Amino acid sequence: MTRISLATTCAAALFLAAAPMSHAETIFVSNEKDNTITILDGDTMELIKTVKTARRPRGIILSPDFKELFVAAGDGNIIDVIDTNTLEITRQLESGPDPELMDVDPDGKIIYIANEDDSIVTIMEVANGEVLAQVPVGVEPEGMAVSPGDKYTAATSESTSMAHIIDNKTRKLIANVLVDSRPREAKWTKDGSELWVSSEIGGTISVIDPKTWKITKKIGFEVPGLRPEQLQPVGMDFVNDGKLMLVPLGPANRVAVIDTDKKEVVDYILVGQRPWHGEPSADGKKYYVANGLTNDMTIIDVDSLKAVKSVPVGRLPWGVAVMPGKPGA
Amino acid sequence: MLPLRERLPHLPRVPWFGMAIAAFFFVSLASGSVPAGAEDAATSDDASTASAAPPADDKKLLRVVYLGKEYEEPLPLSYSEEIITDKGIQGARLMLKEANQAGNFVGHAFELEEAIVPEDGDVVAKAKEQLAAGNRFFLADLEPDDLLAVSDLPEAKDALIMNIRSSATKLRQEECRQNVFHIIPDYAMRADAIAQYLIWKKWPRWYMVRRDTAEDQDYAAQVKRSAARFGGKVVEDHLYDLPPGARNLDSGHQQIQQQMAQETERSPDHDVVWAINSDDDFGDYLMYRTTRARPVVGTQGLQATAWDKSYTESGGMHFQNAIPKLAKRKPVERDYTAWLGFRSLSDAAMKSGKVDPKGVKSYMLSDEFKLEAFKGQALSFRGWDHQMRQPIILGGGTRVPVTTSPQEGFLHPTNLTDTLGFDKPETKCKF
Repeated sequence: MTRISLATTCAAALFLAAAPMSHAETIFVSNEKDNTITILDGDTMELIKTVKTARRPRGIILSPDFKELFVAAGDGNIIDVIDTNTLEITRQLESGPDPELMDVDPDGKIIYIANEDDSIVTIMEVANGEVLAQVPVGVEPEGMAVSPGDKYTAATSESTSMAHIIDNKTRKLIANVLVDSRPREAKWTKDGSELWVSSEIGGTISVIDPKTWKITKKIGFEVPGLRPEQLQPVGMDFVNDGKLMLVPLGPANRVAVIDTDKKEVVDYILVGQRPWHGEPSADGKKYYVANGLTNDMTIIDVDSLKAVKSVPVGRLPWGVAVMPGKPGA
Repeated sequence: MLPLRERLPHLPRVPWFGMAIAAFFFVSLASGSVPAGAEDAATSDDASTASAAPPADDKKLLRVVYLGKEYEEPLPLSYSEEIITDKGIQGARLMLKEANQAGNFVGHAFELEEAIVPEDGDVVAKAKEQLAAGNRFFLADLEPDDLLAVSDLPEAKDALIMNIRSSATKLRQEECRQNVFHIIPDYAMRADAIAQYLIWKKWPRWYMVRRDTAEDQDYAAQVKRSAARFGGKVVEDHLYDLPPGARNLDSGHQQIQQQMAQETERSPDHDVVWAINSDDDFGDYLMYRTTRARPVVGTQGLQATAWDKSYTESGGMHFQNAIPKLAKRKPVERDYTAWLGFRSLSDAAMKSGKVDPKGVKSYMLSDEFKLEAFKGQALSFRGWDHQMRQPIILGGGTRVPVTTSPQEGFLHPTNLTDTLGFDKPETKCKF
């Protein structure tokens, strides 16, 4: 387990205390084993509320207007929708079996859901839960990412090892890119010029060019003293205005830092055990990463690229979402 | 308080037509078109007919032959347990579907030929027939003698034969063959997987109670090897020689209760009983009936296996759910090894773009080959004996797996999974 030195923790406390209140934010963490969402005050890291969800909550995302939080509850075969003002579950979306990850279009009108068990992507209207289309993809779809211009949605299939590209207008597949084993997450660069896909078992990130749908670069990982099979990239988040990509590495207990220009790993940050997903703070200065096996969340300072604090959350924490401001504010 | 689902007004539920989706998918496969939205999914009716359609000419085709023989399976010890006659083939059928699902997106197509002869049938003749037809990719659901006879055929020299059935160590050692790949773990890997856990638990003294079939002798020798490797001790190698009886006996448990106590009372002190009973005709009787209160491991009790009915980690629920949809029963180990053998071939073909045996073999043996198969790490082949390196599940009788080996603390310079079974310096295999 990661132990952060007392000095670092004190520094972190000062750092957090000094943070101006204008950066108020709220952090949501899904706890896969507890069937709950932990809601933390981003200033104090105090618990605001624990919300009980349907079983096995994993992927969580906020609507673009931050008014709703979508929680994919895999064992519940449902998406719980939490009102971020009242912090109550106000409605549910009938996602179909075993939803894992999802993404919403920039207008917040359409949600794209990976149905892991049925090898399909469900495209649904957010407002009323109406299914607009179901697109068959490879086996065990997981990662979902709508491109910045709402032109495409990328879906990764873990067992088939592909990134499938859906044309959002026609809702048909236009490309299928073979990547390394067990692709987990997909992320577009802000300008939509690159699609990044993490391969957990292959131990690489593939950078795909949407003009050709070809892989232009594969990024690998290497940490002295760790065996290659421990280096398993899962989540991916751009920080520092897209200059860096942070990648939780699962059993390596580290977050890798990638220079997005050079497409090279520049640093590794030691966190808790089995980090899979994280999320940058609203101001982009911090990165929150959920450590599955140590039941906590590590806070990384993006400027210094150091872990400054960890806070306890629920059991088997999986995903993180961040909302600017406080509930009810 | 009512559960939320009941409190909320129900949104219209979308009919969950998994089969229709599959049917639609296969239709699109046959027509060579890119799958589109499923709006018109309901128009197609039968998935199986469509899947048999020949693939479009522009696809790279790889044809896999499931070569098997209907050997008499040992009867399960419990009279109430179902006798499974389609172990293995169901895993191959699942992978056929999944391989085409993937292949359809990248211009590959896969076919499965089921070539299973009756118990008194000539499997070598069947193999010759398949080889003469130009087939070179085999899933071998065969016992060691048949496997060797097939792999030694001159025309099979450039074939790739996936051993999905036999755990015999000699097939990885003295009797290894360059055209055979072993998907299923051998007895050495199984013994090491259990031994590591027992050493980790500080239970190093093992009382072996076994039968004396060829399989049992092989397993027993590997347990002794594991003891020497990891610092355990076989305190006694005890043969259980009462003949197997009828399985359905009124009040039979009373007699068993006394017998098992007798079998274990004169043993030197030990930490666990290691049962070796490949024919499954008495091993389970040992549990809770030994003289001393000792756990049972081996072919019964805590078992080392490539797949277990209790395993759900690293995406494993996908396989647990997918087999019953096809087979109307839970998956067993051979379903998994058949699925994995096919998957090794299809994955290597799609990733390398090659569908000739030489190209596929060379990719399977390269460092590029990293197979995902619900074990939380990439699987690959050992170059020295073609055994698939893989973590091993310890389960068998428990509702959740007990653990997965290799265990923490057992180190290896390159691959931790190479602490299970014959490592490179120990191999007797020469291709």
